[in-house]
Amino acid sequence: MKLVTFSGPPSSGKTSVILKLASLFEGRYRLGAVKFDCLTSCDGALYEQAGIPVETGVSGVLCPDHYFASNIGACLAWGERQGLDLLVSESAGLCNRCSPHLRDVAAVCVIDILSGIEAPRKIGPMLKLADFVVITKSDLVSQAEREVFALHTVRANPRARILFVNGLTGQGSRVLAQALEEALDAQGDQVERLRFTMPGAVCSYCFGEMKIGDKYATGNIKYMTFSDGGERR
Amino acid sequence: MTDILDLLYVRLADEHPVCVRFFDELGIAPPAAHETPRHLFASLDEFELSDCGMSAAALEESLLSYVRRMESLSAAAGPPVSELRIRGGVDKDGRAESLDLVMRAGEVACIVGPTGSGKSRLLEDIEYLAQGDTPTKRRVLVDGTVPDDAVRHAVESKIVAQLSQSMVFVMDLPARSFLRLHAESRMMPEGRIDETVERAISCANDLAGEPFEPDASLTVLSGGQSRALMIADLAFISTSPIVLIDEIENAGVDRKRALDLLIRNDKIVFVATHDPLTALMGDKRLVVGNGGVRRVIEPNEAERCNRDVLCTVDERLMELRRLVRAGERIDFDVSSFMSP
Repeated sequence: MKLVTFSGPPSSGKTSVILKLASLFEGRYRLGAVKFDCLTSCDGALYEQAGIPVETGVSGVLCPDHYFASNIGACLAWGERQGLDLLVSESAGLCNRCSPHLRDVAAVCVIDILSGIEAPRKIGPMLKLADFVVITKSDLVSQAEREVFALHTVRANPRARILFVNGLTGQGSRVLAQALEEALDAQGDQVERLRFTMPGAVCSYCFGEMKIGDKYATGNIKYMTFSDGGERR
Repeated sequence: MTDILDLLYVRLADEHPVCVRFFDELGIAPPAAHETPRHLFASLDEFELSDCGMSAAALEESLLSYVRRMESLSAAAGPPVSELRIRGGVDKDGRAESLDLVMRAGEVACIVGPTGSGKSRLLEDIEYLAQGDTPTKRRVLVDGTVPDDAVRHAVESKIVAQLSQSMVFVMDLPARSFLRLHAESRMMPEGRIDETVERAISCANDLAGEPFEPDASLTVLSGGQSRALMIADLAFISTSPIVLIDEIENAGVDRKRALDLLIRNDKIVFVATHDPLTALMGDKRLVVGNGGVRRVIEPNEAERCNRDVLCTVDERLMELRRLVRAGERIDFDVSSFMSP
């Protein structure tokens, strides 16, 4: 069974893109999905409607990326039990410092062109380390903006293949399906390492501290510097 | 190419000027003049790497890809296309579509047919430069040859540009700065940018009924002004030789002059339309039904005359529109005002 990770800001169109892909992959792959979310999600229902086996994981009080890393192994086992050929992991709402992308596993980042011209630069490892960056909703903006946005995306991740996909009509999804299939053919079944470290954040707030102030902040802490040279206290 | 990692920055910035922006983009200081990128990346501590969102090895690879990709983009001065050929595929029932359409630079094809007949599908096939690999099985040849994958899948410098009625500007920038940004992203030589931008703006002002200031923000432009600016941008700044338009009417834009502008700039234009005037302006009219092109109509003498009549009617309507907006009464004899 092959795995592919999909990441991207909330509401960027990940589920729509995956569903379009699934319809193109019909008959070629037995596809299943795992949806990771921070808060309760109803996207599982969309997969079910499309007849795609799906499991949903809600990280709740935990860092969603740590939650992803500690559960993806069990998800693979689930996929095997279901007799899948391709497991799609979809994770949204992760902080921009993180990425669920795994070494030697095809990685897709979905971004929304309406999110602003600087968005590609602001989105961290989940875009910078992806193999494919899918830009959605581009039918709503001018050709000129599309080109400028694409260039900004290339600048943020010069190694990725960039594609425009319309999550509603499916325009562009055929190219993505073809590119992804080539990547999957070259890919093994092993899942071993993350592409990038998770934030090193074991501090008092990780353990439930709610009070603000130096007295309460202990552990792994990073302080801001201010341009006027002022003291932080 | 790997040796750029070991070049002193003073030489690197000179030989590969595109790399300067790479460090800016990452939000880190570039190497010192006599330091190499490899050395800089190796010297970053855990926190700095974390801010970059990448390991040192990934940074090295990223810099190499960046320089390669940006330089190839600069080299890709939009290749002129003198001919586009579309070979028929099959309709929704799998019946063969008898189509072998050749469009030359400066020609306009209008696509007509009811909603759901396959107009968008045809535009998509052209956009995708289909090679029998879409549901319609059509093939699109560029200058008589099958375009290679790099051309088909380019995103920053596509040969096909699109314009549709649902498009708006979402960037909050003055029109002039935005066009400049677009010209830069199309790697236009610096010396030509200012002049081209001014030309595009003045042309957009010609096409739109109401003029706008060059420093007006894109997001405050009216529908007509936006559409006019997009068309002027396609003509002067975008290097894409093929333009697909989904409905040009109803936007307060002078359709005839808009098409003339694209034709003068040697574009190959496809317009999906329901509007009789636009439809008669094409050099060819593709009638689509059940997912296939059923007929290609070339305008005859009578149609050309009727097009001119409709143009006059359209101008009169525009004049009435102007009067209404100026607060005038329309109580004169409109039927004789409208008759050509």
